[in-house]
Amino acid sequence: MVTDPAGLLPARQQMALSLGWHIVLACFGVAFPAMIFVMHRRGIVRADPVSLGLARRWSKVSAVLFAIGAVSGTVLSFEMGLLWPGLMGPFGDVLGFPFALEGLSFFVEAIFLGIYLYGWDRLPPRQHLLMLLPMATAGVVGTYCVISVNAWMNMPTGFRMVDGEVTDVDPWAVLLNSGALLQFAHMWVGAFMVVGFVVAAVYAAGMLRGRRDEHHRLGFTVPFVFATVAALLQPVIGHVLGIRLGQTQPSKLAAFELATTTEQPAPLRLGGLLIDGQPRWFVEIPQWGSFIARGSFDKPVRGLDTFPAADQPPVNITHVAFQSMIGIGSLLALGVVVFWVARWRGRDLSGNRWFLRCVVVAGPLAVLALECGWIATEVGRQPWTVWQVLRTTEAATDNPGLWWSFAGACLLYVGMTVGAGVVLRSMARRWRAGEEDLPSPYGPQRQDA
Amino acid sequence: MTLPVLAAAALFAGVLAYGLFGGADFGSGFFDLTAGGSTRGGELRTLVDHSIGPVWEANHVWLIYVLVTWWTAFPTTFAAATETLFVPFLLALVGIVLRGAAFAFRKYSGTLAQARLFGAVFAGSSLMAPFFFGTIAGAIASGRVPADGDGDLWSSWTSPTSLFGGVIAIGTCSFLAGVFLVADAERAGHRDLASGLRRRTLTVGVVTGAVVFVALVPIIHDATTLSEGLTGRAAPLILASGLTGAATLVLLARRRFPAARLTAVVAVATVLLGWGVAQYPWMLVDEVTIDQGAGADATLVAILVAVALAIVLVLPALGYLFRLTQSERWTHD
Repeated sequence: MVTDPAGLLPARQQMALSLGWHIVLACFGVAFPAMIFVMHRRGIVRADPVSLGLARRWSKVSAVLFAIGAVSGTVLSFEMGLLWPGLMGPFGDVLGFPFALEGLSFFVEAIFLGIYLYGWDRLPPRQHLLMLLPMATAGVVGTYCVISVNAWMNMPTGFRMVDGEVTDVDPWAVLLNSGALLQFAHMWVGAFMVVGFVVAAVYAAGMLRGRRDEHHRLGFTVPFVFATVAALLQPVIGHVLGIRLGQTQPSKLAAFELATTTEQPAPLRLGGLLIDGQPRWFVEIPQWGSFIARGSFDKPVRGLDTFPAADQPPVNITHVAFQSMIGIGSLLALGVVVFWVARWRGRDLSGNRWFLRCVVVAGPLAVLALECGWIATEVGRQPWTVWQVLRTTEAATDNPGLWWSFAGACLLYVGMTVGAGVVLRSMARRWRAGEEDLPSPYGPQRQDA
Repeated sequence: MTLPVLAAAALFAGVLAYGLFGGADFGSGFFDLTAGGSTRGGELRTLVDHSIGPVWEANHVWLIYVLVTWWTAFPTTFAAATETLFVPFLLALVGIVLRGAAFAFRKYSGTLAQARLFGAVFAGSSLMAPFFFGTIAGAIASGRVPADGDGDLWSSWTSPTSLFGGVIAIGTCSFLAGVFLVADAERAGHRDLASGLRRRTLTVGVVTGAVVFVALVPIIHDATTLSEGLTGRAAPLILASGLTGAATLVLLARRRFPAARLTAVVAVATVLLGWGVAQYPWMLVDEVTIDQGAGADATLVAILVAVALAIVLVLPALGYLFRLTQSERWTHD
């Protein structure tokens, strides 16, 4: 048995940390421009100062979030080479093209972000509003491109391996691989869930503190509507996406379902852990495992025992992360249904303290579901970086100093999180105190006015 | 031109753009760092905010463009460089992350104490990134990145070419930033600020020029392939760079700021181009040529399609952004 490269574990930890951190900011980059557009447009069309004020504040928040999103995304670009030379050397020209197009989207987004942020009071209002559209579009294209690479890692295509060498590279086949569209839809809708619930949670918290003005009502409602649509679509997309796993990645499915042996029909196991090779502490619902995983009550779900031990993913992390995502997603979907049914029956739950408390919790929960979903798909693909082509041990660097780099990364991310928290809270505090412009504290006195 | 050479040209165009625009943004950190206490430095720091605020993220994307084009078109050389030059890549990255985050945090800080902390991080890290990029360029140009990526983790980037490369990168970025900031200050009507900046930019220019002169001898001994190119094929470019650099100093001294901006850009662009021409046809000098390092042909075609898309979609937008920031309406608050 070949020993693992020295960098394997710290590389995986560092990638998990930096991607897990960036993915939240990426969600804001993708979904927030659309939300700001709706708010800003409402302000212009209805000449509504409250909407305009919200859009203006949100754009300032996005200035902070997009800045740390841009740099944390850059970290990932570097890490592709620093941590995974065994992936980038042989496969860089296979998976690179979608990244190039993603780079273009990021370019467009960064340019129009600059124009939009600094365009307040400088551009004609309607023209200014339009600057959000390229940003929102670039978010869609960029998400698709990045996800198409991840989908390719799950369902590799667009090349052939001949005697261990990569040949017949077709970058377009990678970009347009059959797994990309559904995975993209899942991520894109997930981004709207995260941003919708997080922003709604902020205003729900304000309402809980007795701030029940139009500003808070709108600040809650617009993101909540986005979150509603996303939370109701997501279970459908997720289900369709999951059904293909039986064909494409049966070992991941087995881990999701905690299936140690092949069963036909397979039960659905809620909760539970694998202890000494035996599933324990779960609730079993007969036949439903087959139905949910395979779309039929009598199809089999392959068990882990049909895979060599060296090809099995870490089961417990994958299973728990997967079911947590499903659980939280279902809870959130239920929550929005309750809200709108009550509303349809003439009752506004945004006046109910318990409901508002639930919304405040829904923000972090949506982020948790996002992280769980990402952990489930990534850990579930192990031991492969590129499914059945390249093992993670072959992709990782053998740099022995990687634990130092991981320690540094931890410090950096803690620092950025604290910095962002401090700055965003101080912005909110000053806004509540009636300061709207937020001039920099070191600025000279305005003498030219 | 062959496909690999076209792709390499596209890659180098990104290096050039990042060096010019990203470089000027980094260089503004030097003036921010040396602006003095919070009262005296407030005006200059506000100018830095105003000048690079709308553009730094767009300029930063050139780096992403370079990385992505590199690993897509020349994947094995990218993996080799990141393995051997792990340390300077990591430190440049730390600089980039701290710079971007601290810049955004400072602008929206609630208190002066916070703004000072974030400001110090912003300004310091702005110098860190170009230094380590300079060492990376020096390592590649002096042939210290082996094709299989197993170069020494430390000595590969601590040669005279790398260290001088880092210092020259800081000087060049600062000079470029100074020239841009002077013009911005003058246009916004900040007379005193402009004359202070003018004096300091002149100093930075003279010092950087002196460092380049001093560095010539060690670099010629250390990086023979590069210096053959620099004194041979690339000599006209290097000469042009020296002349336009000197012209920039003269123009600055005579307060012809918009013209100085033009010559400064030419000076930096020609020296970067000179490096590229001097190291041609090597991707990793003395180790891997452009043709040897190139990825699959189909991918090179695809990357050129992406570049064409960038020319059609990104450049006009970028031009629009730059035009807005230079307009009368955007210059004054």
